[in-house]
Amino acid sequence: MVASVKQMLKAKAGFCRDIREFFSKRDVIEVDTPVLSRYGTVDPSIASFEVNSAFSKSPLYLQTSPEFAMKKLLCNGSGSIYQICHSFRDGEEGRLHRHEFSMLEWYRVGFTMFDLIDEVEELVLSIFPVKVTSTKKQVFSYSELFLKYLDIDPLVATVIQLQQVAYCNKININKDVMGDDRDSWLNLLMSHLIEPQLGKCGLTFVYGYPASQAALAQLNQDDNRIADRFELYINGVEIANGFQELQDAQEQLRRFQAEQQYRADNGMMQIPYDKELIAALEKGLPFCSGVAVGLDRLFMLRTGAESI
Amino acid sequence: MATYSTNEFKSGLKLLIDGDPYTIVENEFVKPGKGQAFNRVKIRNLKTGRVIDKTYKSGESVEAADVMDVDLQYLYCDGEFWHFMDEKTFEQVAADESAVGDAKLYLKEQDVCEVTLWNGAPISVTPPNFVTLAVTDTDPGLRGDTATGGLKPATLETGAVVKVPLFIEIGEVLKIDTRSGEYTGRVK
Repeated sequence: MVASVKQMLKAKAGFCRDIREFFSKRDVIEVDTPVLSRYGTVDPSIASFEVNSAFSKSPLYLQTSPEFAMKKLLCNGSGSIYQICHSFRDGEEGRLHRHEFSMLEWYRVGFTMFDLIDEVEELVLSIFPVKVTSTKKQVFSYSELFLKYLDIDPLVATVIQLQQVAYCNKININKDVMGDDRDSWLNLLMSHLIEPQLGKCGLTFVYGYPASQAALAQLNQDDNRIADRFELYINGVEIANGFQELQDAQEQLRRFQAEQQYRADNGMMQIPYDKELIAALEKGLPFCSGVAVGLDRLFMLRTGAESI
Repeated sequence: MATYSTNEFKSGLKLLIDGDPYTIVENEFVKPGKGQAFNRVKIRNLKTGRVIDKTYKSGESVEAADVMDVDLQYLYCDGEFWHFMDEKTFEQVAADESAVGDAKLYLKEQDVCEVTLWNGAPISVTPPNFVTLAVTDTDPGLRGDTATGGLKPATLETGAVVKVPLFIEIGEVLKIDTRSGEYTGRVK
């Protein structure tokens, strides 16, 4: 049955109210940070919208996530915070992607990645009127999943081995275009062969991503080949991405510069990295973990829709 | 050489892959967490009709196939080629057996068909959804028997054989659904 516009709007409003209630009970403060910034993300896999302004020579950028702005607040002593906002990513359109989408992002001071995984589970279960599942959440490391589904260790496998797995599983892709970037091959296998199987019977969390896919996460203290980054899957759909946040300003600067270099080498749009974030990190980011949830996808699952 | 970027992918777009024309049946944008995005597509080979899966790295560009669907009037068959004409320009094209395929069973002179042209040459022919064809051969009809619901084979003027009710006789004109190859009724 197709719900009426009014029913959908009511359901969406109730959904946001439930989320706000969840955080207000836990003393996490709601914040509202600027959507436009002089700086953008330099991550080569995320494309920003550039906005021209009469007031400045250089363009402004629409946020691709509120992460930088929220981290600046954390560095200034905000304590645990959350935000419901829109984010913008150019070129992303599909059943599960819109170039403008709703995001719920929150940071918990003093939480480890595993503390936050527990809280994400509590949030998801609390806002689903009917429990998504009767079974408990499943937590796997990235390596466990590759071993389980593809019988290959993603931390040591060579590009050739990853290619073989792709072709044995009938993925039809031009290997010259893919090149010899290990992460591209890992992403290909993850998205085509593993993701669709995750979260079939409840919540599935994945952690311990390769260090090369750390983004803004800390590297693991005991094994520097992996990063303290996690994702949540429900019904084969990626719902959330979280980090035990990188506190080291120098390391963050180094990652920004490496990504900018990659952009330059590959003829991609040049975007100024966020100098204010580096300055804030130098002042000190408290030990914390943060996570971003795709609200449109979560709402899609709550209403049983096929696409966002 | 015209190309499409994966950003332009949508159902119905015509691509040239390994020398063959394909049409996109389904396109899904896939992006794992952080990192490289992909377009997973189902594409149909316009010559063989086979559907295959393929994955592109997002941002990749793919050669476009010069493929057009046009409405042309069927003229005649010379034994080797089936000839069609554009009713506005009177230009004619000839389709061979592999392009005409099963459509040949329903091609009636002067009917307007959808012809798929690749680089100007026909690669497939789709007859109208419904055609009216005369019965050239069938077992004698059972007069008065309009109720038992039995079926018998009948050969039509184009050579197609369809199942028809027992009361149908030679010379009658029938309406046929070309998508299913089924009899749908008599035409008075």
